[in-house]
Amino acid sequence: MADDIATSEPAAEPAPPSSPVPRPDPQPPILRIENVVKTFGSFRAVDGVSLDIRAGEFFALLGPSGCGKTTLLRMLAGFETPDEGRILLSGEDIAPVLPHQRPVNMMFQNYALFPHLNVRDNIAFGLKRAGMPRGEIASRVAEMVALVRLEGLEKRKPDQLSGGQKQRVALARSLARRPKVLLLDEPMAALDKKLRESTQFELMELQRKLGMTFIIVTHDQEEAMTVASRIGVMKAGQLEQVAVPRRLYEEPASRWVAEFVGDINLFEGEVTAREALRLRVATSTAGELVVAQPVAPVAETKVAVAIRPEKIRLALRGPAADAAAAAALNRVEGVITDASYLGGKTVYKIRLDGGAVLHAAQANTARLDADGYGVNQRVVAWFTPDDCVVLER
Amino acid sequence: MSVITARPSRLSRFNVASLTLGLAFLYLPILILVIYSFNASRLVTVWGGWSLRWYHEFFNDRAMIDAAWMSLRVGATSATAATVLGTLAAVALSRGQGFRGRMLFSGMLYAPLVMPEVITGLSLLLLFVALEAERGFWTVTIAHTTLTMCFVAVVVQSRLVSLDRSLEEAAMDLGCDPLRAFVLVTLPLIAPAVVAGWMLAFTLSLDDLVIASFTTGPGSATLPIRIYSEVRLGVKPEINAICTLVIGLIAVVIVVASLASKLSSDRGESAAPL
Repeated sequence: MADDIATSEPAAEPAPPSSPVPRPDPQPPILRIENVVKTFGSFRAVDGVSLDIRAGEFFALLGPSGCGKTTLLRMLAGFETPDEGRILLSGEDIAPVLPHQRPVNMMFQNYALFPHLNVRDNIAFGLKRAGMPRGEIASRVAEMVALVRLEGLEKRKPDQLSGGQKQRVALARSLARRPKVLLLDEPMAALDKKLRESTQFELMELQRKLGMTFIIVTHDQEEAMTVASRIGVMKAGQLEQVAVPRRLYEEPASRWVAEFVGDINLFEGEVTAREALRLRVATSTAGELVVAQPVAPVAETKVAVAIRPEKIRLALRGPAADAAAAAALNRVEGVITDASYLGGKTVYKIRLDGGAVLHAAQANTARLDADGYGVNQRVVAWFTPDDCVVLER
Repeated sequence: MSVITARPSRLSRFNVASLTLGLAFLYLPILILVIYSFNASRLVTVWGGWSLRWYHEFFNDRAMIDAAWMSLRVGATSATAATVLGTLAAVALSRGQGFRGRMLFSGMLYAPLVMPEVITGLSLLLLFVALEAERGFWTVTIAHTTLTMCFVAVVVQSRLVSLDRSLEEAAMDLGCDPLRAFVLVTLPLIAPAVVAGWMLAFTLSLDDLVIASFTTGPGSATLPIRIYSEVRLGVKPEINAICTLVIGLIAVVIVVASLASKLSSDRGESAAPL
C-alpha cells in the first residue's frame, strides 16, 4: 500500500525486504557500509551494520543516545576504525585512509570552531591545508559566507557569535572543501526550537542546491523526518529499519520502531481468523479488531495491533455497532480520562471498556469551534482496518 | 581595589579586616626589606637615612654579578627545556589515552612535586659523580629542568584537559595531520598555559638553593648560593639591595604575563589557569 510512496522518491529504497519489486540500481552507491562492527571493550557499539548511500542523498541516522549512530559516523570520518567489515567510498575501501586524507568532512555537534581564528580563517582553514592558491581561497570563502548568510561577520571571533551564527560558520567550514560526503553530528542540538526548525529547512535547501551527499546523525525523529530523504533507525548498534520517512511512520518494521517513531497505540492479541485481505485479532483489552493483511504475511498468531492516534476518529455516538461491523470498521467505546490541548491538535486519553488506554489525536481545524470533548465524557472511537499495522510481538 | 568595589555585594568588615591582615602578613616583610635596601647605614637594623650606596656596592661586586648572571642563564635555559619537555609530557598524558603504563608515567612525572629537594639534589649529585660529569652550569641546568618540568606539565595538562578534543579532530578532518593539528590549533590555544609554565619554571629555578648547591661546582655559584654564603658571614645591606632587584624583576615578569594573558583572553582565548 505504500509502494507508491517508495517509488515517488527518486533516490530511495535499495530494495528493503518488504519491497515486492527490487528495482535495478541506477548507479553504484557513493558510500557502502558492509557488516561494520566496532567494539569498545566488551561493548559492541556498532554491531554488524550494512548500508548503501547514494550520491546526492540526505540520509539520517536516527536512534536513541548510545545506539551507536555517532560511532558509525565517526568511523566514516576516520576517527574510529571498524573492527570488522568494510567502508567503501566511491568503491574504494577507506580503512587505511587517515582522517585528514578522506574526501569527507564533518560538522561537529558542538561546532568545534577554532576559538583563536575569526570566521574567515575558520572557513579558510581546510582550504589552506589543501594548498589552494590565495585568490581562490578568498573567493571560495566569500562564496561560503554568502551561502550561509554570514556577510559582515567575517572578522568576528567564534565567541562573538550567537549559537545560530556559530552553527552556520561550522557548516560553511565543513562545506568549503566540497567533500564527497558531509557528515553532520547532531548539528542542531544546541539551537532552540524555532531556530532549529528554520535551520532544518535551510539545510535541506542547501543540500538540494549543492547536490552533495549529507549524512546526519540525530536523536530527534521530527528532525530526521523533516530533513532526510531516507532514514536508518538504529537500536543497540544495529539498523532496525531503513526507509523513507513516510514508510517508517506508516509501516514500521518492528514494534520497537513503531514505538520510537511518533506516538502509537499497541494492543496485544491473537490472530483468530485469516481472511483474504483481513486478519481478525482478539485482544484482551480492546475486543476483536479487524486489520488489513500486511504485505509480508504474519506467520505468528501472537501479534500486536498498532494504530496511530491521528488515525482514530471520535464522536459522542459514532456509527452503530452493527453498522460498523458491516463496514468492517473497528469500533471501541470508552471514557475520556485526559485531554491535552496542543494548539494544532488535541490528544485525548480514553479508557476503553476493555481496559486499554487509547490515545486519539483530533486536529483542531476551526478556531471558534469548541467541539472538544471533556474529561469523563463517554465517546465512541473508530478506525479502519487499513490504518492498523500488525506487528510481531 | 577597583575589583573589590566593582563587586555587586560589598565586602563586610570582617572580609576587609582579614584581607588587610593577610596582605600585610605577606607583603610587610618584603616592604621592610625594600625600604632597608635604601638604608645608608652599614648596620642592617639601624636606619641611617636614604641612600643608593648598597646598589652601587652590588654593581661593583663582581662575584655577586657573576652569580646573578649565572642564575639568569640557568633559569632561562632550564625553563625553556622544562617547558618543551613538560608540554610534551602533558600532551602525551592527556591525549594518549590508550598507551600502556600511562598511570605509572603520570605518577612518575608528578613524583618530583612532592619529593624532598634534598633527595632530588643528592641523587642527582650521585648521578653526576658516577658519570664523572664536570659540575657547573650544565649540571645545575639539568637538575633544574628535572625539577621544574613536572610543574610545567601540571599547568599545561590542566589547560589541555579543559580543551575540547573535537577541536583537534576538526583540524584533522579539515586536512591536518596530527602534528600540524597540534601546531596550528592546540598550541595556540594552550599558549597562555605554556607561557605561564615557563615563567613558573624560571622563578622556581631562580629561587632554588638546595638542588643548586648539590649539583653546582666550584666557580659557578648561583645567586641564592652566593647570597646564602654571604649571609652566613653576617647580613650586609647589599643583600637587601639584591633582593629588591630580584623582587622588581619578578614583579615585572608577573605584570607582563598577566597583561599577555589578558590580551589573549580579549582576543577571544581563555586565559591560562594561573
